[in-house]
Amino acid sequence: MRATGLDLASKRVLLADGEEVEFDRLLITTGARARPWPHPGEAALDGMFVLRGRDDADGLRRRLAAGPRRVLVIGAGFTGSEVASSCRGLGLPVTVAERGPAPLVGALGRTVGAVAADLHRDHGVDLRCDVTVTALEGDRAGRLRRAHLSDGTSLDVDVAVAALGGVRNVEWLVDSGLAAGPWGVACDTGSRAFTVDGMVCDDVFVAGDVARFPHPLYDFQFLALEHWSNAVAQGEIAAHNMISPQTERWPHLAVPSFWSTQFGIEIKSVGVPTFADEVVIAQGSVADRRFIAVYGCRGRVTAAVAFDQGKWLDFYQGLIERAAPFPPDFRRVDQPAARTMPAEIPDRPALVREATVMVTGHDPSARRARFVQAGR
Amino acid sequence: MAMAPVSVFDQVLDHSNRADPYPLYAELRRTPVSRADDGGFVVSTYAEIVALLHDPRLSSDPRNRSDREALAPDGATGPLPPSFIALDPPEHDRIRRLLTRHFGPPHNPDRVIRLLPEITEITGGLVDGLAGRDQVDLVDGFAYPLPVTVICRLLGVPREDEPRFRVWAGAVVEATDPATGDLATRRDRRTRALAELGEYLGGLADAHRRDPGDDILSGLATDAAADARGRLSRGELMINTALLLIAGHETTVNLIANGMLALLRHPDVAHRLARQPDLASRVVEEVLRHDPPVQFLGNRGALDEIEIAGTVIPRGAPVTLALAAGNRDPAHVADPDRFDPDRRYIEHLGFGGGVHYCFGAPLARIEAQIALTELVRRLRNPRLVADPPPYRPSPLLRGPRQLLVAVDGVAPAPPPPGGVRRAGDRSGVRPRPAAVRSTASR
Repeated sequence: MRATGLDLASKRVLLADGEEVEFDRLLITTGARARPWPHPGEAALDGMFVLRGRDDADGLRRRLAAGPRRVLVIGAGFTGSEVASSCRGLGLPVTVAERGPAPLVGALGRTVGAVAADLHRDHGVDLRCDVTVTALEGDRAGRLRRAHLSDGTSLDVDVAVAALGGVRNVEWLVDSGLAAGPWGVACDTGSRAFTVDGMVCDDVFVAGDVARFPHPLYDFQFLALEHWSNAVAQGEIAAHNMISPQTERWPHLAVPSFWSTQFGIEIKSVGVPTFADEVVIAQGSVADRRFIAVYGCRGRVTAAVAFDQGKWLDFYQGLIERAAPFPPDFRRVDQPAARTMPAEIPDRPALVREATVMVTGHDPSARRARFVQAGR
Repeated sequence: MAMAPVSVFDQVLDHSNRADPYPLYAELRRTPVSRADDGGFVVSTYAEIVALLHDPRLSSDPRNRSDREALAPDGATGPLPPSFIALDPPEHDRIRRLLTRHFGPPHNPDRVIRLLPEITEITGGLVDGLAGRDQVDLVDGFAYPLPVTVICRLLGVPREDEPRFRVWAGAVVEATDPATGDLATRRDRRTRALAELGEYLGGLADAHRRDPGDDILSGLATDAAADARGRLSRGELMINTALLLIAGHETTVNLIANGMLALLRHPDVAHRLARQPDLASRVVEEVLRHDPPVQFLGNRGALDEIEIAGTVIPRGAPVTLALAAGNRDPAHVADPDRFDPDRRYIEHLGFGGGVHYCFGAPLARIEAQIALTELVRRLRNPRLVADPPPYRPSPLLRGPRQLLVAVDGVAPAPPPPGGVRRAGDRSGVRPRPAAVRSTASR
């Protein structure tokens, strides 16, 4: 049963069948879904896929097994890169269209993203960066046949995967008074939701993909972490706090982490690589595709990313937790002669810069924030 | 005459404490990072050992230690290059990757599972051989021949050559015992034995190249296409297969013997295991925690100053990680001295951790699970004849030299459940990952 609304004043959740469920404490874990291809007619073409759940994977797998002439992957984030890798593993011709300058650029920055670009090309992916898909064409039967790209070329394709990231499932909270928007539901480190006024709700908790929380290690910036390691850790914190008195609650201070296997390489990350101005290869060799890139921000270590060198990451997590100086200045195994490079973190996507809240009232008792909904 | 006080770790090394070093390890843990008499540092608490296993400032290459003169006088490293346990990345990683191609995923994911029917058969045959006596030695009659036979099969070494390589392997293990001579002498003996064993294995690899079989030596010898990132040189093949041969049985013999000793001391657990083979993985993991076959890692050196637990380990200092002490750290595990396979989590350092995590761990686990289950199902009323049993001299690879057990007979082999166990049959002997977490997978 879908939840369709939340009434904070009466502490009730409204359900799609009209029923209401009362609560003492509420945990919001509505997650995210795949961002659909923005043109509904094109999105409905037979051969268009997104990849989020098991059914998506089943459908895509069947279609790939049928041996399409070429697969188009739209977006070279983690999902898109892994799809491209799997397709190459099946021996299928693949084109990847990425609007940014390199794969994984939004997660790892452009400098390390360039290594990911080499991985794609080494494995025979037709990788096109700084390119968007301008139109998808179907035949009369509604089957995907052709893709047009912003570089002026077009491709014959039977299968396309739109890997455009996630959309957080917050629509049901639009009028709830919670700080819920495209960025997710804001909460404190104790998983307690914020109201739109920026005040903490004692009885409403948030965890997982839908949550956005401030991390003290990262200047208290609000982070939304779409990886199951965060969902597990934050879920544990939220559950504990829901049943614990105020003074015994725990903060969610886990160092973010994720991993991805693509093109035979295991990429693992600890910390927040986009919270960085510089990066240095601390161990290993980029040419050999086995290395640890350590990220720093204003002279302290903030993240580390390993390509096939994951077993050292616990150590680098310790450096992050201790705000150790960047670049690392100690002798270590497999230490290359490396200099620091700009991390080239792209600007945050426009999504989270949207000014969607306004404040009204003068008297402290009357001052309130409220969302400005486009078109309302 | 007054004697200089002997450090706690040096007492661990002393023969007289071999049967039960654990009270000494408890004493050692009072100082998480302590100095041994030779100027080296000994780390004995769980969290600190785990941290150092993943610390890139700690090298496994003896050439990075300030005591290297004692270890290897100039030019005395022998004719063979170092094995991969004595190397750091990138060389370690390259060799390990090339070896793994013939032992595990991604190129050979079912290598160990394919051995299951043979391990089961070998185990059954060895237990059959114990019949007809009222007293058996489970070391010579079972715990030693089982892993030797299995590693021979896996590597492609003729089983009948065992008397030859037993001498070399024995010499290498003996050289880990400080009581057998000074460092230089022991190093020399070890080098000579390894060189002879390596020559023997190099010759076998040549033979397998001409007539390859389904084994690691054949795989290495014929792996011309290996991968773009190189292949093993002949010297690397010789030293590293020598290492696999020795480590493949000198450690597992102790895992099986230590495990059986624990089960004889805890008949309640043995009875449960006999009826409930599912318990095997928990029993083996708890043996690896409670009484691990590899007691410490003594081959590390600090590349830089390392501050840990309030102590500064200076650059170049040798570092020993006392795995057996960490496994019983009360800050890590409640009631650590109790043998209890029912612990909620069994996290241990029995296989080390980090990039040098035991290469043979999947094989050792399976062998020990099958071995212990078969013994408790078939030995009738087994009783320890001597407790403690006599121990082998090595403080590092620690285990009984002899495990004499009085029995009322040996039950015939039960028919395998559900017919013949086939390769890929996953019932009964698979570890249950939900119950067991190792430090390597975090």
